[in-house]
Amino acid sequence: MDYAIQQGLNALAFGSEYALIALGLALVYSIMNLMNFAHGEIIACAGYSMYLAILIGIGSPWLVAPIAIAAGALVAVLFERIAFRPVRHAPTTTGLLTALGVSIVVQNLLTLLISPRPRAVPVFSELSRTIFIGPYAISLLQLLELAVVALAIGGLVLFLKHSTLGLAIRAATREFSTVRLMGIRANRVIATAFALSGLLAGIAAIFIIARRGSIDPTFGFQPVIKAFIACVIGGFGSLGGAVLGGMLLGFLDVAIIVLLPQEYGGLRDAIAYSIIAGLLVWRPEGLLTRRIELGDKEI
Amino acid sequence: MLSIDNVSKSFMGVRALRGVSFVGAADEILGLIGPNGAGKSTLVNAISGVLKPDSGSIRLGDVDLTGRGPEFAARQGVGRTFQNLRLFPSLTVRQNVEVGLITCRRHRPEVARSIDIDALLDRFGLAADAGRPAGTLPYGQQRRLELARAEALGAKLLLLDEPAAGMNDYETAALADQLRAIRRRSRCALLVIDHDLHFIMSVCDRICVLDMGEVVAIGTPELIRANPKVAEIYLGAAEAAPHQKNIREERQWN
Repeated sequence: MDYAIQQGLNALAFGSEYALIALGLALVYSIMNLMNFAHGEIIACAGYSMYLAILIGIGSPWLVAPIAIAAGALVAVLFERIAFRPVRHAPTTTGLLTALGVSIVVQNLLTLLISPRPRAVPVFSELSRTIFIGPYAISLLQLLELAVVALAIGGLVLFLKHSTLGLAIRAATREFSTVRLMGIRANRVIATAFALSGLLAGIAAIFIIARRGSIDPTFGFQPVIKAFIACVIGGFGSLGGAVLGGMLLGFLDVAIIVLLPQEYGGLRDAIAYSIIAGLLVWRPEGLLTRRIELGDKEI
Repeated sequence: MLSIDNVSKSFMGVRALRGVSFVGAADEILGLIGPNGAGKSTLVNAISGVLKPDSGSIRLGDVDLTGRGPEFAARQGVGRTFQNLRLFPSLTVRQNVEVGLITCRRHRPEVARSIDIDALLDRFGLAADAGRPAGTLPYGQQRRLELARAEALGAKLLLLDEPAAGMNDYETAALADQLRAIRRRSRCALLVIDHDLHFIMSVCDRICVLDMGEVVAIGTPELIRANPKVAEIYLGAAEAAPHQKNIREERQWN
């Protein structure tokens, strides 16, 4: 029983991390139709901001964490201003290629300017200790991760539902050109969406660093691939779908690790992706996107 | 006051607007008619800032709107509805109207203070559905919601692109009353595009006729009705015998 609870917590922690990153991807996608593969580099830059903060002598996690979150938001807004705004009216594929280009350029810059080798960021080592709640030994990091992700998602939902800018963003996710005709500045709506996705990436960077204890230039790549899959599962453009997809992926990852005999460990990703492929055959548009009746247009 | 001065626009060599000029009064309901491809939607897109004209100028009062973009036009008081409905389907009816009010609150707070969302929804018969997602409303109510949202912009000029599309005679008559009421309440000008000539004739103070991107005629409904050029454009009257022409005109206008 203890083991099951522990694995359940693991799954929730993984899932919430995927959900956090997927939510950032979905937020930008829902407004701009842009699959921002450079989101991983926003996470990496937030991670390196922590490394640099430690280098210049800021050692307190209470200072380093806000620096990472602010750096995530700032880098996301810079990416939008420098790379994505000029191609905003170009076809979707141009945006996708731009995102991939930004990702490669930033990875190379981090390699050249800092190091291709992993750098230790031991600022959150305290979080890896175990605490006891009744008979259960629980990792402090996992608990904190769950609480912070729940708060971040709750805060985002409150912002989107109850603020004027949030209302504008929600309107823009479905009818962007109409929102502009209502006099709402496209630049402001898009920059806010990028800043929010950057904030979420910064929070994700903190927890990935806390788990790994080090950073390298490809730091954000793998989490973004997972988050991309989470978005596909939940249905692209659906914020709720991104969270649900992330959580499902977390549970799937942990279930496969737990249930798969050790000698088949190499098949972990293959099995996970096969299950996801099966899911998409059943619901090609994802779990939370409304099924569209194509009728004769299918031909 | 809307002032269109010598506006031209071409697409890949096709001249959609050729030196269009006219002036609309501040509280006038001006109809814009013409056959398909006449340039009506291009002109509305140019006024609302979606398209930048190749030449000429568009002014609303003292403000030059030419090529300044849709956000600028909306902030100056240009509101718009669409031929194909463009509501925010996942937002509630009330939130759709609130989106319309955002810009007005920021740029013309004195106008925004006079707009009461509950009263507005009530006037358009939408109060009971205020909390319902807009995408779930029947078509006629969605049309009314688009009008309510446009009124919430506190516009000085409302551009209505085929507001009567898909409506029956009863609904069209009610729409005509609503447009007059919007003009009375908001003291704004309305530029109305529609193919329903009976509706246009009944609701507009003046009518501007476009054909092949040019203004063919502009004047009161009576003048337009009597204009042989307009009849020719609409009915191909050049080939028609005079007695046939009269019959077909009657059928068209009445």
